[in-house]
Amino acid sequence: MLKTLAKSIRQYKRESILSPVLVTLEVLLECMIPLYMSTMLKDITDEPTMSNILIYGAILLVMAAFSLLFGILAGKYAATASAGFARNLRHDIYYKIQDFSFANIDKFSTSSLVTRMTTDVTNIQMAYMMIVRVAFRSPVMMIVSLAMTYSINWQMGVIFTILVPILGAGLFIIFKKVDPIFNKVFKKYDALNESVQENIKGIRVVKSYVREDYEIDKFDKAAENVRADFTRGEKIIALNNPLMQFCMWTAITMICFVGSMIVMQSAEEALNRSDLMILIVYAAQTLSSLTMLSMIMVMISIAKTSADRVVEVLKEESTLTDPENPVYEVPNGDVEFDGVDFKYSEKADRRALKEIDLKVKSGQTIGILGGTGSSKTSLVNLIPRLYDVSKGSVKVGGIDVRDYDIEALRNQVAVVLQKNVLFSGTIKENLRWGNPDATDEELVRVCKLAQADEFIQGFPDKYDTYIEQGGSNVSGGQKQRLCIARALLKKPKILILDDSTSAVDTKTDALIRKAFREEIPDTTKFIIAQRVSSVEDADQIVIMDNGTIAAVGTHDELLAHNKIYQEVYYSQNKVGATAQTLIEQRKEDGNGKA
Amino acid sequence: MARHKIEVKRGSVMKTLGKLLKYMFHYYRWQLILVICCIAVTAVAGISSSIFLEILTDDVITPGLEQGFEAVKGTLYTIIGIMAGIYVFALICSFTYNRMMAVITQGFLKHVREDMFNNMEKLPIRYFDTNTHGDIMSYYTNDVDALRQLISQSIPQTVFSSVAIITLMISMLKSSVYMTLVVLFGVAFMLLVTKLVGGKSAKYFVKQQNSVGTTEGYVEEMLTGQKVIKVFCHEEAAKRDFDKVNDELFVNTDKANKYGNILMPTIGNIGHVLFVLVAIVGGLLMLEGVPNVSLTGLGDALTIGAVVAFLNMSRQFTLNIGQVSMQVNSVVMAIAGAERIFGFLDQKPETDEGYVTLVNAVIDDDGKILRESPTRTGRWAWRHPHKADGSVTYQELKGDIQLVDVDFGYVPDKIVLHDVSLYAKPGQKIAFVGATGAGKTTITNLINRFYDIADGKIRYDGININKIRKSDLRRSLGMVLQDTNLFTGTIMDNIRYGKLDASDDECVAAAKLANAHDFITRLPDGYNTMLTGDGSNLSQGQKQLLSIARAAVANPPVLILDEATSSIDTRTEYLVQKGMDALMQGRTVFVIAHRLSTIQNSDAIMVLDHGRIIERGNHEQLIAQKGVYYQLYTGAFELE
Repeated sequence: MLKTLAKSIRQYKRESILSPVLVTLEVLLECMIPLYMSTMLKDITDEPTMSNILIYGAILLVMAAFSLLFGILAGKYAATASAGFARNLRHDIYYKIQDFSFANIDKFSTSSLVTRMTTDVTNIQMAYMMIVRVAFRSPVMMIVSLAMTYSINWQMGVIFTILVPILGAGLFIIFKKVDPIFNKVFKKYDALNESVQENIKGIRVVKSYVREDYEIDKFDKAAENVRADFTRGEKIIALNNPLMQFCMWTAITMICFVGSMIVMQSAEEALNRSDLMILIVYAAQTLSSLTMLSMIMVMISIAKTSADRVVEVLKEESTLTDPENPVYEVPNGDVEFDGVDFKYSEKADRRALKEIDLKVKSGQTIGILGGTGSSKTSLVNLIPRLYDVSKGSVKVGGIDVRDYDIEALRNQVAVVLQKNVLFSGTIKENLRWGNPDATDEELVRVCKLAQADEFIQGFPDKYDTYIEQGGSNVSGGQKQRLCIARALLKKPKILILDDSTSAVDTKTDALIRKAFREEIPDTTKFIIAQRVSSVEDADQIVIMDNGTIAAVGTHDELLAHNKIYQEVYYSQNKVGATAQTLIEQRKEDGNGKA
Repeated sequence: MARHKIEVKRGSVMKTLGKLLKYMFHYYRWQLILVICCIAVTAVAGISSSIFLEILTDDVITPGLEQGFEAVKGTLYTIIGIMAGIYVFALICSFTYNRMMAVITQGFLKHVREDMFNNMEKLPIRYFDTNTHGDIMSYYTNDVDALRQLISQSIPQTVFSSVAIITLMISMLKSSVYMTLVVLFGVAFMLLVTKLVGGKSAKYFVKQQNSVGTTEGYVEEMLTGQKVIKVFCHEEAAKRDFDKVNDELFVNTDKANKYGNILMPTIGNIGHVLFVLVAIVGGLLMLEGVPNVSLTGLGDALTIGAVVAFLNMSRQFTLNIGQVSMQVNSVVMAIAGAERIFGFLDQKPETDEGYVTLVNAVIDDDGKILRESPTRTGRWAWRHPHKADGSVTYQELKGDIQLVDVDFGYVPDKIVLHDVSLYAKPGQKIAFVGATGAGKTTITNLINRFYDIADGKIRYDGININKIRKSDLRRSLGMVLQDTNLFTGTIMDNIRYGKLDASDDECVAAAKLANAHDFITRLPDGYNTMLTGDGSNLSQGQKQLLSIARAAVANPPVLILDEATSSIDTRTEYLVQKGMDALMQGRTVFVIAHRLSTIQNSDAIMVLDHGRIIERGNHEQLIAQKGVYYQLYTGAFELE
């Protein structure tokens, strides 16, 4: 794990090393200053002259200046090292996600990836800064302070040497006890926040079922549960301070007691009066650096969970790879499914697609119909190799899709996804996703094909109209047509519309299909639809049922023989037929009954 | 979901802090007073070492060196005994306040969470429609976190240091006023630096938080569209754009932390400089033999022992000032958070002046209401108390709804519904058709009083809905919305949400009616399947079937379906429709549907345009009318 993370330090290695070095220097000075102060106090007590004070003062000022310099530089480098490390981590995660295949994307939810890139990286960043600044500072400070103590008086050193392990062990035991409690309670805390989120999103449901009190009751119980667990952990943590104070005050009492006896018995030979104060300062430094270390332990423990989650993304390998000698040219829009089985994951029992055989000639229009969960989308997703087949093969232009360079393949196979997204930016910017070099004329041409030009011209800013995040300021039908235009801009050999005209009215839908027929006759078109009218005039209509092709045929063939097609057709009451014929039909029905 | 911008208004800091302390004292008055006392004892004990040392030097060591150890043995033991006694007492205090703070912090946070949640559940729908969910969420996460930091660390630390500072200040003044002035001068300088450096740090800290918000928003948008990025091979451009956002965040984080990190060594070393200054001034005073001015009055010139003791005190004084100044950042953040939390808690809850309530009733075959019943009878009545004479009348709940000349706007000066009138008789199916923003959903929002009308009247079984208690009104109206919103729990729990005391059999029956039974039984755990994250393990169509089942189990006399079957394929929809029609026999139904096929059999279809009903009638009538509905139906117009 550490190795994977360490790769992201890169250009901030210098700062990451300089900072602890400078911290060490700062600490050395920091440990010397009190000793020096005490010497100063002793000397001016013995010989209270102004020049003495001034000389000592000047040296002390120089030391403070250096200490300040080292401290500032160390702080500065530590900030840059940790902020830079975090930046590289975010960069690496994001770049990694860009390499993900659809199967990889399915594995992680968007919100979990966002959390990994924000909260988790921040946790790691804070821990890293602590490590760079304090992980060296504390041990150095402890060792130097101890050494100083021994240099002053060995008996005093022994007192410290006994107290340090006591405090260390105490802090460690507290940490060990608390760590699992917090691990558990943080999960409960997440669940609590999750339930708040549910209530905010579902407030209309809560209110229309008059469940406010029920929800409050539920929340109060969960909040109490979280409180109880947190309190249990915090109560143990609360021992940290008294434990530290116990050791500190024991040290002070011992210094005062044993110290003054030594001073008196040795007649200030082994230890003098002003040394007592400095010993107390060193005691504070030794013990507080231990406490700092235990704080780092807690931070690292929090960061460890975050680090695990980040490394999980960094180590995720794309399930799709380019072949060794890829084909860069897609010869034509032929598509062939040959004995294709498909599962979403190797471990899954369920086959999303079973024994699919299908041949499509370049330029044909294929309609695909089927109920929810019949794997219509899974079928077309195999063509641009968004997923790999589990068995059999999918060929485009007579070549197995796995032999193509992925980018070359996808540039020739345009998919308008079911869950489609426009990005914040102008219409032009969104359309140019299809082709960054497209001229304005080309944009207008594809928008005319997709029947989008008319409404775009109706906007005050026309093609420069700003699309809000998620396309929230255009209607569903408009969004779908913009997405189709965006795909057309690629000039693909194969075009796939995955339920992409569901919000478009039937007349416009028909116009789009007419434009396809007339303007891009050589492009193979796959159209998944709920509406029979959207696929009626296709060359072949594929009926999907539970992962298999139930039937293939033209509208007339299927209407005559296929039960599913008939059912769908009649359930829709022939929406799209002219109203006149319908009314006449109804009249006839009515007459018949009469 | 961009995060809320953080800002702290000048001047409001103390007000917010005061409010916060009042809020805390409201829950934990005595505990907090005890905690403050304990902290004070601990703090004084913490700085007492220099005093002990001074006493020890003067009363034990100095005479001991002259007269020998045996002569001062007794005094030494006494002093050490007192010291140990004070430390033991302080240790008990420390233990007490640390543990109590743990309990208080978590308990207080629980109260804050509960108060926020209680208040939130009672807020009007308008609040949720006008604030982003991310913003509301961050009260519970970021702001509560900042508060925790403040309460558990900053406040005790500040109290601790303040006690120490005051104690030291008094002892310093008792020792020498001149030298104290030097220390105060130095402290003023320290505070200035803290304000300068700390202010910079706080400024970039806020910038950093806002950058985090921007990055989060950007990443969320891009990752939501990650599949589109893949399909268009747009990865390289996505990386370039991300780098820009990421670099900005880096710059702000770097600066915020730089200034934050610089503060500690700067303050610490100013302390060192101050030490030297005090030494020089003290030395001067001593050597020149200037008469000492102290709190206790004029005295002889300073002795060397007094100067040394003073130097030690000044050192501890500056250390504590440093401790306080280190809290500046987290205090600023926490105050900003507390301010937002208070703002949230101050939101006015939904008001309800309704007094007509819904009761179970025993009703005879002629429709005469015999009496109120404490148990479920399957029949309901409105209980209408009359204030004038104290009498109570009952009226059977039938589901007759009238809107008369209703005007409404979400904001006062922008009316979105004009003169809407409609009459739904019990058992009728009324459909609304129209473009997005035509006002279809708005009408349903008014019937259950998510919003109140501006003008006109809405009557329910002849009663003005303003007179009906909101909870009873809503209980009598079933709602199925396009956004399904399921809750964490099993499928069974989610169906039972419609009627909390429903038996398993009732829930299964409802699921069968909604055509959800089939897919549920095919899941590995069936009805016990856990749903998490708003049912992310189900398809949108399946979620809609569940929310229909949830409404079915509630069995309300009036049902509002707002695009309830939009994600269900037409074949399944047809089956659901049949089940629903059976359920809705004799009930009033309002339907908003995108697919005209689902509403063809309605008793009345209202075509809405820009908040007005422009056509009304049944399917045949509207087709014959050859108006907008006819055009919609033949596909000449686009819906949505």
